Amino acid sequence: MHVSSEIPPLKLVVVGHVDHGKSTLIGRLLHETNSLPDGKAEAVIAMSERRGMPVEWAFVLDALQAERDQGITIDTTQIFFNTEKRNYVIIDAPGHKEFLKNMVSGAALSDAAVLVIDAKDGMQEQSRRHGYILHLLGVRQVAVVINKMDLADYREERFQELTTEIRTYLSELGLEASAIIPVSAREGQGLITAPDKMPWYQGPSLVQVLDNFTPPILPTERPLRFPVQDVYKFDERRIIAGRIESGRIHTGDKILISPSNKTVTVKSIESWNTKAPALSASAGQSVGITLSEQLFIERGQMISHESNAPFETNVFRARIFWLGHNPLEVGKRYKLKLATNEQMVEVQSIEMVIDVENLTHDTGDRLERNAIGEVTLRARAMLALDEFSDNPKTGRFVLVDGYDTVGGGTIFMEGYPDQRSRTDVRSTNITAVEHRVTPELRAHANGHEGGVLWLTGLSGAGKSTIAIELEHQLFAKGYQVYVLDGDNVRFGLSSDLGFAPEDRVENIRRVGEVAKLFASAGVLVVTAFISPYRADRDRARSIAPDMFHEVYIAADVATCEGRDPKGLYKKARAGEIKEFTGVSAPYEEPVTPEVTVETADRTVNESVAELMAYVEENFSMVKRNAGGR
Amino acid sequence: MDHLDALEAQSVYILREAFNKFDRMGMLWSLGKDSNVMVWLARKAFLGHVPFPLMFCDTGKKFPEMYDFQKKYSAEWGVNLIVRDCPPIEEIDPTLPPATRSAARKTEALKRLIAEQNMQAVVAGIRRDEEATRAKERVFSPRGTNAEWDFRDQPPEFWDQFKTDFAPGTHIRIHPILHWTELDIWRYIQREGIPIVDLYFSKNGKRYRSLGDQDITNPIESEAGTIEEIITELEGTSIAERSGRAMDHEAEDAFERLRTAGYM
Repeated sequence: MHVSSEIPPLKLVVVGHVDHGKSTLIGRLLHETNSLPDGKAEAVIAMSERRGMPVEWAFVLDALQAERDQGITIDTTQIFFNTEKRNYVIIDAPGHKEFLKNMVSGAALSDAAVLVIDAKDGMQEQSRRHGYILHLLGVRQVAVVINKMDLADYREERFQELTTEIRTYLSELGLEASAIIPVSAREGQGLITAPDKMPWYQGPSLVQVLDNFTPPILPTERPLRFPVQDVYKFDERRIIAGRIESGRIHTGDKILISPSNKTVTVKSIESWNTKAPALSASAGQSVGITLSEQLFIERGQMISHESNAPFETNVFRARIFWLGHNPLEVGKRYKLKLATNEQMVEVQSIEMVIDVENLTHDTGDRLERNAIGEVTLRARAMLALDEFSDNPKTGRFVLVDGYDTVGGGTIFMEGYPDQRSRTDVRSTNITAVEHRVTPELRAHANGHEGGVLWLTGLSGAGKSTIAIELEHQLFAKGYQVYVLDGDNVRFGLSSDLGFAPEDRVENIRRVGEVAKLFASAGVLVVTAFISPYRADRDRARSIAPDMFHEVYIAADVATCEGRDPKGLYKKARAGEIKEFTGVSAPYEEPVTPEVTVETADRTVNESVAELMAYVEENFSMVKRNAGGR
Repeated sequence: MDHLDALEAQSVYILREAFNKFDRMGMLWSLGKDSNVMVWLARKAFLGHVPFPLMFCDTGKKFPEMYDFQKKYSAEWGVNLIVRDCPPIEEIDPTLPPATRSAARKTEALKRLIAEQNMQAVVAGIRRDEEATRAKERVFSPRGTNAEWDFRDQPPEFWDQFKTDFAPGTHIRIHPILHWTELDIWRYIQREGIPIVDLYFSKNGKRYRSLGDQDITNPIESEAGTIEEIITELEGTSIAERSGRAMDHEAEDAFERLRTAGYM
């Protein structure tokens, strides 16, 4: 009965609503394929008799006394099984809502899934939730079994009715069932051969469908991802240990360490009890490497090649399933575990809470236990990661609250840029110039200090209007003042940039640098850019921390959309502009701006007056001197 | 990468996670085939070293061949071995069935050893295919202050993100070969040339398939005298591996009771 053991077994999870017959299906399948050890079938029959019930094949898997007594599966279990074609590991996942964490534990391991649905009961809450979670986990090979057809008198109409309902639901998820099979697990119908009590069914049996699933392919051809698991110092060698999650690594390769952004060369690939030293290693292997020079390397860093490096970011979006007893809430902090990296992250926002019943979604500020939603998470430090669609292994994570794993998620970066290019200075051989004209001398000559008033806010909030009027009024008072906005930057300095997230980030970086030069020249610079990312504004601040003043021009989306001075919202709503801030791309409000100017119920002059007062207070030499300094 | 490579890589990953997370850990070395493979995997993970102690709870009733084996290889492999005697049967819960009660001596010795060494984690060589309650185990399995296993509320474990955060006083069992089968073990022993106690090989038509104490382990009918013959035999059998272990069969939930109380 044993087939080749060279190929790893296909991992198959069986999911579905409680009591739809998952364990029975597996027990019967094992029995029918002669996969049970001697005596097991007899033991199951004896256990059933002792409880005064017909033969309960679920007892094959429900190993725990409590499971047998209550007739439910409490925890996921694994059992080995084989057909003539290949070996399988079957993962039995509980259908009870309370045990969703156990279902996820089982399903996340699997290469393919069988969704079991009761012919009488039809799709139920957990059928839908499990379908959704399979999709979220990236399980794409799914067979659906309509079980207990005996209780529906083996009627074709009932089968067709359910088939339509199931296909509709799955297609809305973006899942397609490989097959939908009418079965009676208890009676052994449709599992191994065609069900003789359902002659109207011409399709494959369950085992035939399983045998047609394709085994997983190791991602050796994808870009290299080698998360550092540990650093050992054995026998005078410093060995970087870890598992290659994707791609290949060779001795002599130049590798990039993220997020430190340093490069180094692979000196050797180390192993024990192997015939010859390895010259390369690939996805799935747990290896140790040594490096050509002593760099500071630690657990959690990600090794890649220079080309096709992972994203570097401190903020990302995710689809999350929540398992915690306490809800996930905006503003709460959790420990993120992504590959071997561990960092604290804060929930910045919850974009949607998904209703698995009808696949609608809603907004909210919390995800309750067993809920699914989309969130934005922010870390203090830079993280190296991938989008789940590009690389599942480095595009997924779990969240830990206190001592407990409370959720898992998959990453997407829509609207957020790669921040890697901004972590290093590429120019070399540059030294700072020492000016003989000091900022104090310039301020004295001008009567005010140089500085940057960084106006940020949604399109239509009033940034440009306020900036231009402010410039006008300050100039009239004798200020050296100049406005930087899209019009004078986009046509020249940034004429090579578009509006993709990376381009917007680069544009803001340039504006920050130019603003700093102007301010150093003694000028009061007013900038008017949406600058939606907090990280960009923080970076602009870090260029000239003493001179930077963040001004939040605040108005809600509805107000801005009502104004729509350039007709942009209209175009965005019509889908003509992709990734429009506030509509389809994120705007991250300032956390601690120096000034907030609410413009919804104010005239331009009122807003400008508020800023004039701020400037007089903070930049004017006259007033400060008068104040006794 | 073939199947054995994949199993090995996963076990190495688990052992390295455990070593990174726990300062005070030890590995159980029962001298059986599974635990020999486990020690071998540790040497793979740590490039020839076993950077934590191996532990052995001695019932005093093992086969002489096993004690000889222990002496020889602990010296040859240069491991730090800690041996402790199990408490006498009189100190064990008398309500347990006889063989189960006898096996429970090991649980008690292990608890005492863990306390003595102040260990945070113990690595154990159990496999999911051995027995149904083991199939429900986690790779990183938390235990209560009295070593008990709460199978009703195990932590979620997915994407190789194991539970590594614990309240003070919690103890953890680590299972690096949970995903292996008996056949995998033998094929790996064959491929790697891992030494094993020769009681596994047939003498006078009988051999041991699983090794425990002399009084509660029975040999099976077998002519298999080499590893290759054992593999061929296992490919054709449908007899459960632990059928020779008495305590698994005394009551429907005897083994479950042992395991929830902290038995391996």
